[in-house]
Amino acid sequence: MPANCSLCDGRAVLKRPKTGDTLCRECFYYAFEEEVHKTILDANLFTSGESVAIGASGGKDSTVLAYVMKLLNDRYNYGLKLVLLSVDEGITGYRDDSLETVKRNQNQYDLPLKIVSYEELYGWTMDAIVKQIGLKNNCTFCGVFRRQALDRGAMLLKVDKIVTGHNADDVAETVIMNVLRGDIGRLRRCTAITTGTEGALPRCKPFKYTYEKEIVMYAYFKKLDYFSTECIYSPNAYRGFARSFIKRSGKNSTQCNHRYHSFRREPLCQKGSEDASSG
Amino acid sequence: MAAGVDVSLEFSGGAELLFDRVKKHDISLPSQDKSWTLQCLLAWIRDNMLKERPELFMQGQTVRPGILVLVNDADWELLGELDYVIQPNDTITFISTLHGG
Ligand SMILES: [Zn+2]
Repeated sequence: MPANCSLCDGRAVLKRPKTGDTLCRECFYYAFEEEVHKTILDANLFTSGESVAIGASGGKDSTVLAYVMKLLNDRYNYGLKLVLLSVDEGITGYRDDSLETVKRNQNQYDLPLKIVSYEELYGWTMDAIVKQIGLKNNCTFCGVFRRQALDRGAMLLKVDKIVTGHNADDVAETVIMNVLRGDIGRLRRCTAITTGTEGALPRCKPFKYTYEKEIVMYAYFKKLDYFSTECIYSPNAYRGFARSFIKRSGKNSTQCNHRYHSFRREPLCQKGSEDASSG
Repeated sequence: MAAGVDVSLEFSGGAELLFDRVKKHDISLPSQDKSWTLQCLLAWIRDNMLKERPELFMQGQTVRPGILVLVNDADWELLGELDYVIQPNDTITFISTLHGG
């Protein structure tokens, strides 16, 4: 039989990767939400009255982020104006499907949605690019364009900040990749909770300390509607290696991700770019 | 001799892509000499259900890191993981955390 909850008499449904605690559903929801709230408070991420765009891809991280941001904004009166912001890269069979998910989220969470497309911003789609340049380096281009598109969309919406769904596992992976590449500059910057290049809007990661397992379990138990297919143009090999390394070492140490994070204690609102997979 | 067991398998989060995009499979495990543990089930899935690229689902005797396993909606880490003995009509859920962001 499953263990009991560490906090109440309920039936435990999961073992937390961070602490090893066993929690029931309700205590897990509470712990998960409160940790994100604490991250937001500790880092002073927001000020009342601000407009915040949630970078929404339809995937698990940004779907849970939208749900939790909405919930915490209501529960703790952050006083934020939240809006979903999606980028349409123009990838048939991938982004068109995931945008359908975001459109459903718009109704489910009662949040306005803005979609900016590569086609309207740059005059072409990723489908057209791949036809021209093939599958080599296409992800690098797409990553740079997506980053800029999110900024342009946020400027159009006149928001103050962008939040993305990057989680603790993503940050740990990025640390490992920057170690492998020997990129000291990025290694210094990539664990910052808020980043933003000169002239661009600040970007924050409220899930910086949230483990992927818990995001997926939260989405599963809450039956949140998310899209889960790999991009048809992305082999993702390099990140894939760093990812399985993190997952394997995570098996051996509950606080493993935290060790990668504490490579450097970060000042808040650090200037600089981050290496980012979309949230 | 352990009797056969009927179980429901559920695949989500992208794991269903490895199983003809079908999310729910009701299966009957045949009787065998030892009892049906999750470890036996994984080997059975590999040999009977995975058509191609088993390395996307399994690594050695267990699931690939990043695939979550639940038994009747409880984390298998609470239940002894591979050693858990499957009970009739258990629902076993596999959720990939590796797809999309
Ligand atoms: Zn509890």
